[in-house]
Amino acid sequence: MTVTELAAALSLTPVALPDGERVINGAYMGDLLSWVMGRARADNAWITIMTNMNVIAVASLSDVACVLLAEDVMPDQAVIDTANARDINLLRSPLSSYDLAVALSDALRKASL
Amino acid sequence: MSDNALRFHFDVDGENFTSAGQASVKIKKSLRELGVDAETIRRVSIAMYEGEINMVIHANGGDADVIVDERGIEIILSDHGPGIANIDQAMQEGFSTAPDNVRSLGFGAGMGLPNMKRYTDDMTIESVVGEGTTIRMRVNF
Repeated sequence: MTVTELAAALSLTPVALPDGERVINGAYMGDLLSWVMGRARADNAWITIMTNMNVIAVASLSDVACVLLAEDVMPDQAVIDTANARDINLLRSPLSSYDLAVALSDALRKASL
Repeated sequence: MSDNALRFHFDVDGENFTSAGQASVKIKKSLRELGVDAETIRRVSIAMYEGEINMVIHANGGDADVIVDERGIEIILSDHGPGIANIDQAMQEGFSTAPDNVRSLGFGAGMGLPNMKRYTDDMTIESVVGEGTTIRMRVNF
């Protein structure tokens, strides 16, 4: 399932979508950045409520497919600009991290059927 | 180390938390241009980023050197910070001496050094309290 397909399935609002054709292979949820770098896998969707500039670095270095911002948190314009420049997909949702993870799990399962 | 190894040097700015990671991002780009495989790039750039963050948090910056030869990639991070009093303790997941303002940014979880070890094939720490720390890491192809 691509990031663009996930955005449609979960009614996500794109904040930065420079590489919507990236394929998602699973997910990781967390707000402690080193924990995410230690545990998230390449091509995961990363669910978080963090919005600072370091999120973009962590997403880039961890090579995740997209960052899903829960609870409708909104990054600064500088963070959005950097996401676009570094090919990092950022999308937001009013759902909590948990509800977003549940919805993502359903969407990935349906897509693999 | 062979004579045709590629060497990169970076000054890590200790003042600027937001720009921390610039050296890692540049190395990621350089390794990609060299045709290094994606997983090796991921391991090197995460290990280096954790090192950069540590130098910004604890040591007011430092130096990062990366050497690429035919067998792999070596990363050398050196600083003139406070040093690490107990390296075994610092290597434990969850142990951190980072201040609270760093935690609010999502760092200081005590995972930096463990991640550096996790993603590299070899890692050595030399540290003298009051003088500084040098970390050498190697990722083999």
